[in-house]
Amino acid sequence: MTALLDVRHLAVSLPGAGGQVLPVIHDATLQVSRGEIVGIAGESGSGKSMTAQALLGLLPERAQVSGSAVLDGNTELVGRSGRAWRTVRGTRIAMVFQDATAALHPMLTVGRQLTEHMREHLGLDRRAAEARALDLLDRVRIPGGRGALRSYPHQLSGGMRQRVAIASALACEPELLIADEPTTALDVTVQAGILELFDELRRESGLSVLFITHDLGVLAALTVRAYVFYAGRVMESGPTGELLLRPRHPYTAALLHARPHADDSWTLPEDGVTRPDEAAERRTQPLVTIPGSAVSPAAAPPGCPFAPRCAYAEAACTGELPPVTEVRPGHAVACRVLPDLTEVPA
Amino acid sequence: MSALTVDDAAVEYSSRGRGTVRAVDGVSLEVARGQIVGLVGESGCGKSSLARAVAGLEPVASGQVLIDGRPVSPLGWRRRTGQDVRLQMVFQNPYASLNPRRTVGSQVADGLPEGRSSAVRHAEVSRLLDLVGMPADAAARYPHQFSGGQRQRIAIARALAPEPEVLIADEPVTALDASSQAQIVNLLVSLVAELSVGVLFISHDLALVREIADITAVMYLGRIVEMGPTQQVWGAPRHPYTRALIDALPRITEAPRLPVPLRGEVPDAAHVPTGCRFRPRCPVAMDVCTEQPPIITLGPAMAECWLAESARDDDRPSDKH
Repeated sequence: MTALLDVRHLAVSLPGAGGQVLPVIHDATLQVSRGEIVGIAGESGSGKSMTAQALLGLLPERAQVSGSAVLDGNTELVGRSGRAWRTVRGTRIAMVFQDATAALHPMLTVGRQLTEHMREHLGLDRRAAEARALDLLDRVRIPGGRGALRSYPHQLSGGMRQRVAIASALACEPELLIADEPTTALDVTVQAGILELFDELRRESGLSVLFITHDLGVLAALTVRAYVFYAGRVMESGPTGELLLRPRHPYTAALLHARPHADDSWTLPEDGVTRPDEAAERRTQPLVTIPGSAVSPAAAPPGCPFAPRCAYAEAACTGELPPVTEVRPGHAVACRVLPDLTEVPA
Repeated sequence: MSALTVDDAAVEYSSRGRGTVRAVDGVSLEVARGQIVGLVGESGCGKSSLARAVAGLEPVASGQVLIDGRPVSPLGWRRRTGQDVRLQMVFQNPYASLNPRRTVGSQVADGLPEGRSSAVRHAEVSRLLDLVGMPADAAARYPHQFSGGQRQRIAIARALAPEPEVLIADEPVTALDASSQAQIVNLLVSLVAELSVGVLFISHDLALVREIADITAVMYLGRIVEMGPTQQVWGAPRHPYTRALIDALPRITEAPRLPVPLRGEVPDAAHVPTGCRFRPRCPVAMDVCTEQPPIITLGPAMAECWLAESARDDDRPSDKH
């Protein structure tokens, strides 16, 4: 069976100052199957958002794109003209951004924003578009029916605005939804509701989602498979649970170790009494840090981009790119050393 | 004596057409030297208003804020006295909190007491930069030459210059990348131990607060609804809101599951529900919750909830002292 989205060796460069060419993605290969929520994780500058923009034809005009990205086995996305994108963007691939406030027009009602593109793309009349908008609000669990259609974005909370943005993205029944950090600006209590919504949409209507996040906890809760990006390359990919509980790439492991230990059990000592020096003792164990700072794809050294920061790097790592090894079915690691990483404490 | 004492403080904003909004409505807490107090809550709960009032950036409508036993005077046009600078702030965005047109050294020196020779000031700046892990030659450079994590180090060095007793850190790592976040947190933690400074650590990142705080205070709609030793608050939360916050955290576990959302939204602070403020969203609300809930103390912890009272009556070993 062919994947819904099949991206192979995607590379993107942007024109820089003084005629320079700045690579932003070196080599990205990834697949999304139907009804799957697939994650991309990485720090800022790793190329995760650029991947999304390349898949939506939102890159600047002079960007150079190579490799291939095939939708549904029949539609090549790389090399499309501006006009050709109009048959894909919004209708077959839709997007949800981090900042729903910026994604919505502040002076138009929710109803107008939801119906405008439906009338354009689906050719619906006003009445049919409104009926469909009501149906969409229901699908994204926004209460209030017609009243909600008459409201303006500023009258809604951040969580509700993001739901409107998701409804708008779903309007043309896209095959693939790309969500770029859609919950990063929200409180955890609200984030949980949006994650639940994505999962409901997947279960109810077989929606496929490419979900971009920097939060490994969110990745674990929502996605079935994930890709870890660093400096414009995929470092490790595999089933999310395996990837995060038994990482094989030193970078994935380092990211996991640098998190606060939120995943330990949250329990009291046996007798229920907290010792006064408990916190001071807890603090003697500092968070594990990754030495240095993240490199941009343009500044990445030859060879493995993580090598200068890697505790396991060998001389060969800095010379040429690491081979990609399939350590288990579906779990691939771009590392020459493949060190024995002690399991990340769950 | 606590370095910082907030006693029944309230912060009010008034605007035409909306009347008076109580963003902070009767908050009491203490921060001792060498202690980290974590303040958590959803956006709009009043945590930043509280921080601003504590720093004297906003007057308190009632109650008081004491540093080392003396009240904080609101910020005015005059240079602050030696007493008032014993409390310093570290802000969320180190790209906005440092002046792009002045050297790092001159900004760090801003906080040094007046009347010292330039040689002494120079040496002090070097010492402060070293304290936060920056090279001494950073003093002659400008903020744009540094990464976000390095800028936050510089902001911390500046805050430490007047030898404060209390630091208020308002989301100090939220704007930073994963690898610099951990570095800045480790720096703050080591400074607490080294300099015995107290920190009011305001964050929406519950996991981080759980990691470093002695005391955790949970704020909802202008009030602290639960507070106590961090281990106790997270291990055995007494307030349904605290439990909801913990359940909403996504985790990495062998059996993955979606975090649990909390229904509804934080109400407008201009229209606070009667009785318990959390009642409209509370999954276990009862009839009695329409009345103002009592503040129940359980050993060193407190919770403002009708249910916490019945919990106290249970025979729990932790409640026997």
